[in-house]
Amino acid sequence: MKRKSEHLIRTGLILVMVAFLAWAYVAGSFQYMLEHPDELLHLIIQHLQLVGLSTLLAVAIALPLGVLVTRPRFRRLEWIVVNFANVGQTVPSLAVLALAMSYLGLGYQTAVFALWFHSLLPILRNTVAGIESVSPDIIDAGKGMGMKPMQVLWKLELPNASYAIIAGIRTATVINVGSAALAFLIGGGGLGDFIFTGISLYDTGIMLAGAVPVTALALLIDWLLGLLEKWIVPKGVQREAELI
Amino acid sequence: MIELKDVTKVYKSEEGDVKAVDGVTMEVGEGEICVFLGPSGCGKTTLLRMINRMIEPTRGTIRVNGQDIQQMDPYQLRRSIGYVIQQTGLFPNMTVEQNVTVVPRLLGWDRVKIKDRYNELMDMMGLNPDEYRDRYPWELSGGQQQRIGVARALAADPPVMLMDEPFAALDPVIRDHLQSELLRIQRTVRKTILFVSHQIDEAIRLGDTIAIFQSGKLMQHGTPDELLSRPANDFVSRFVGSDRHLKRLSLFRVRDLLDGTEKKSAKNVGQIDPQYAVHLDTNLREALSILLSSPTASLHVLDEDQQVVGRINWKDFEKLGAIQSSSDPESLAQ
Repeated sequence: MKRKSEHLIRTGLILVMVAFLAWAYVAGSFQYMLEHPDELLHLIIQHLQLVGLSTLLAVAIALPLGVLVTRPRFRRLEWIVVNFANVGQTVPSLAVLALAMSYLGLGYQTAVFALWFHSLLPILRNTVAGIESVSPDIIDAGKGMGMKPMQVLWKLELPNASYAIIAGIRTATVINVGSAALAFLIGGGGLGDFIFTGISLYDTGIMLAGAVPVTALALLIDWLLGLLEKWIVPKGVQREAELI
Repeated sequence: MIELKDVTKVYKSEEGDVKAVDGVTMEVGEGEICVFLGPSGCGKTTLLRMINRMIEPTRGTIRVNGQDIQQMDPYQLRRSIGYVIQQTGLFPNMTVEQNVTVVPRLLGWDRVKIKDRYNELMDMMGLNPDEYRDRYPWELSGGQQQRIGVARALAADPPVMLMDEPFAALDPVIRDHLQSELLRIQRTVRKTILFVSHQIDEAIRLGDTIAIFQSGKLMQHGTPDELLSRPANDFVSRFVGSDRHLKRLSLFRVRDLLDGTEKKSAKNVGQIDPQYAVHLDTNLREALSILLSSPTASLHVLDEDQQVVGRINWKDFEKLGAIQSSSDPESLAQ
């Protein structure tokens, strides 16, 4: 029964994608893309740079922070940190960008900052949830056998939390790909260029010439991160997640 | 091997101080299995966890092999003590082999030694090393998992083992089996084992001595026979059960009732009704049960060669009052 509905949903999604692409074709997007290959490539690279840098910085801060906040000594900080990140997430991307712009000015750095801020929460939340989901019995057994706290972290907590942590990174990155389209508005570049140009000129073709690559990038990156997940998450933990 | 002197653990709470462990003083000899017995909340687990410093005592000293554990590095201490918990605590991110060899790897043994040790331990547990090597804990049954847990605790060959109700979560058939396995292994490895349990039958079966606790205080520490025949107070008496004299029967064997004056009969097992016969080594609880069914209120006794060497009846059981346990409990393991 589950297979059938899965099949139906999958077919439905493919149909939506095909309709989307057909619309783009009819509007002349692919023609536009073919007429401006250098610009397209330039924008794609810019877009990827925005996403890549902001995500890497988000992981660099949120992951260690998530680990820190789950250490017994710092447990009291958890509440403050998580709520701060929660608030950051509720503010819409556009508003974050506007706020960043008014304090940091226009440009690439501002866009990266705004995207970074926006990615923090999914990664932080998932890291904390992942680590807290590790059964205390396992930690107890590890401690009782003579593992030092660092060894417990590296050998037990992180490997068992890795599924949740990577899921958080994956979510944050894919959302970033979409949000990065707004970077154009504050001079950050990226595929938003085509999209907003298309909107101002009332030209659907140009707009979709920006939107289609964004969608394609999002799917591609999601797929690549899925491969990374399979590579990094220990086999014993992977199957466990599948069973759930 | 293990000395406890006035060991106390006090927890501060809103209602005042709670003494989880209250002035426990006792000794456990080398190669001995001592069962910490008692109802929930009596402090037996807290006391156990003080031996490897998972919990630090408020007062008192604990010496393992002559050394005060407070003077030792806690991590070194724990690596020299095997630890088995009720929930098994096998690591899901590691294979069976990786799980079993955790402590040797922490200690930096070389790879060949580790591999050999894994094979050796699995054989000891009655599990095929190659079959289980690359499997993951969630693929195994509860009994298999706990066997691996015990193997893991034995891996670095520690002189002391701490076992916290390791078989309590398993079904009775498996539990019985693992108890037998533990006794069998102990015959070879002769570890000093502290075993926490809340079941009197398990304690009698496994313990060379039993330490029984209530509300953090040590009520009595002695052999199973001592606890059953001479309980120190009402609590112990109630805990071991009003059928303690029946329980005590399982500590003795038929040969303990015979005084050697019986003549070896010319009969062998083929000439008597085998339903109403017992062996010299049958434990007395079982023998009594069979005697209850005998129409003649007596039983034939057979030796190892299936020769009849005597008879026993109700009167012989009266000798029990005077008997001190002569056979060691572990050889009565069935």
